[in-house]
Amino acid sequence: MKQFSDNADRVAVEGFLYYEAAVLDEWKLDAWLDLMADDAVYLVPPNESPDSDPNDTLFIIADDIHRIRSRVKRLKSPDAHAEYPPSRTRRLITNVRILDSSEREVKATSNFSVHRFRRGGKGGVYVGRYIHRLVRSGDSFKIAERRAILDAEELGALGAVSFIL
Amino acid sequence: MLFAAGKTNRTFGHYLLMHLEPYIIDNPAQDDFRLNRETLVDPKILQLEKCRVFDTCWIYAGHDSEVAMPGDFITRNVAGRPVIMTRDSQSEMRLFLNTCRHRGAKVCRERSGNTKRFYCFYHGWSYNNDGALVAVPGDDAYPDSFDRSELGLMEVPRFEQYRGFWFACFDRNIPDLETYLEGAKEYIDLVVDQSPTATMEIITGVQEYDVEANWKLLVENSFDDYHLHSTHSTWLEYMRDAGVNIKVPKGEGLVLPKRGIGKNLGNGHAVIDNLNFRGRPVAAWISIYGEEAKPIVEAAKTELVDRLGEKRAERVANTNRNLFVFPNLMINDGSSVTVRTFWPAEVDRMEVTAWALGPVDESREMRRVRLDAFLTFYGPGGFATPDDVEALMQVQRGIAETVNEVPWSVMTRGIAKEGEQLNSDELHLRTFWRRWNELMTGETAAAAE
Repeated sequence: MKQFSDNADRVAVEGFLYYEAAVLDEWKLDAWLDLMADDAVYLVPPNESPDSDPNDTLFIIADDIHRIRSRVKRLKSPDAHAEYPPSRTRRLITNVRILDSSEREVKATSNFSVHRFRRGGKGGVYVGRYIHRLVRSGDSFKIAERRAILDAEELGALGAVSFIL
Repeated sequence: MLFAAGKTNRTFGHYLLMHLEPYIIDNPAQDDFRLNRETLVDPKILQLEKCRVFDTCWIYAGHDSEVAMPGDFITRNVAGRPVIMTRDSQSEMRLFLNTCRHRGAKVCRERSGNTKRFYCFYHGWSYNNDGALVAVPGDDAYPDSFDRSELGLMEVPRFEQYRGFWFACFDRNIPDLETYLEGAKEYIDLVVDQSPTATMEIITGVQEYDVEANWKLLVENSFDDYHLHSTHSTWLEYMRDAGVNIKVPKGEGLVLPKRGIGKNLGNGHAVIDNLNFRGRPVAAWISIYGEEAKPIVEAAKTELVDRLGEKRAERVANTNRNLFVFPNLMINDGSSVTVRTFWPAEVDRMEVTAWALGPVDESREMRRVRLDAFLTFYGPGGFATPDDVEALMQVQRGIAETVNEVPWSVMTRGIAKEGEQLNSDELHLRTFWRRWNELMTGETAAAAE
């Protein structure tokens, strides 16, 4: 583990992650899709096995770009019953660290606490860490891989990951 | 005191109601079947269920593959009890209650692992993986009557398997597992026969989540085809967008005569048995798997035909089944194989545990397709399961405080039909409720349907 990292990268990544959190909290899902690289993947590994590979382990979510787009389409529909009316969420993102950096891409980890509220439904606090693999794109980034790793031993009372975590 | 406060009054009212009203009204001759909603909301009924249903049936405990090597163990709750399932050093399968015979602490706290011994950290008693008590610190203080041989880990009274599925039973008097399973065996065979090695395995990545609803609502939901189009329209749309033909097939020579049937398998077990038309990793390719997977899925079909013959291969490869093993195991064999069990933590909250099951020695590419297909529909991040969870929660919230005014749910779909009933009828749901009612009341269901 590197103790320090380049400040410029970290500041840029923080800005990007805060923006991503803001569009998700505002349910601007098309704006979120615009952040994706053409071969982006979105992963939520099983609580039991957080560092595993979706090719041989059952994940909670393992979307390629096609299913990411389908997920957004679904979530925008009033027939996505688990998210209708949509959850209110508030994401707190901290402890941003750069794990790896090259001319082409940056890999960053951050801690998250996503608070979810629903009218007449189930809320909860989803706690964990993100690992983002970000491809440099102009003066910003595109998401190549986005892994949301939950800390809880099991999903339990949280019930489902029906929104974008 | 009973009549002093409104709340207590209501509870007393419930008590009276339950002695006047049956759990179900079952009268197929009059085309009538109704369910008393109290069965879904009354904590006293849950207490009774634990004794009369869960303690008198074979309850799914785990799969052979979860403890493949001598010394392997897993811990979980089965029929509400904390247990250790282990393969001991002589390869004997064991199911222990996870409690020290001394003061009662759990002797194993890991989720899984491999060990020769289970050790209680409280006072240091330790047990071999065959259950024998082998070390008691300071045992010179015990009297002569202290007999270690009687203080091994307590085994669950009965522990038997069928084709790799292990079940526990706390009742010494009911028939053995194979007799208990009745017609469910045929469907377990269909699931396991898809494996070239005739063995299946649990795939890493258990899904454990709560549903804030009575457990019996998930029994119904897990094989209720009636709700597909209204609850899961976004999933159907996703399949259609991906180029999958979601229309029911028509024509001659189909494996099953109709669009899908609901069937009573005896002893409370039931199934919906459907023609496949939305893809199966073994073995019916659809566009969503990707072109590169096509030859692999086709090769799996060829292997089935070689091993099982044309007819049986078609049955295994081109039909789906949602199999319910009474009282709380579902094996859904369709877009992938899901094993799902659930336990009522409270009258309005169940704990669900779900796994993906796949053939042992499956190729990496086939495993990838299987897992991917699982996630399109199933699980807490799938395109369908969260909507089921939402539906069950809304049912529970809908009935909890209206049960006095709206006491009955109607469950008569298909009841007037002669002969076979469809997967979207409710024969299979009634099958569950009739058996449940028999166990709860001791009354044999009068009517056959």
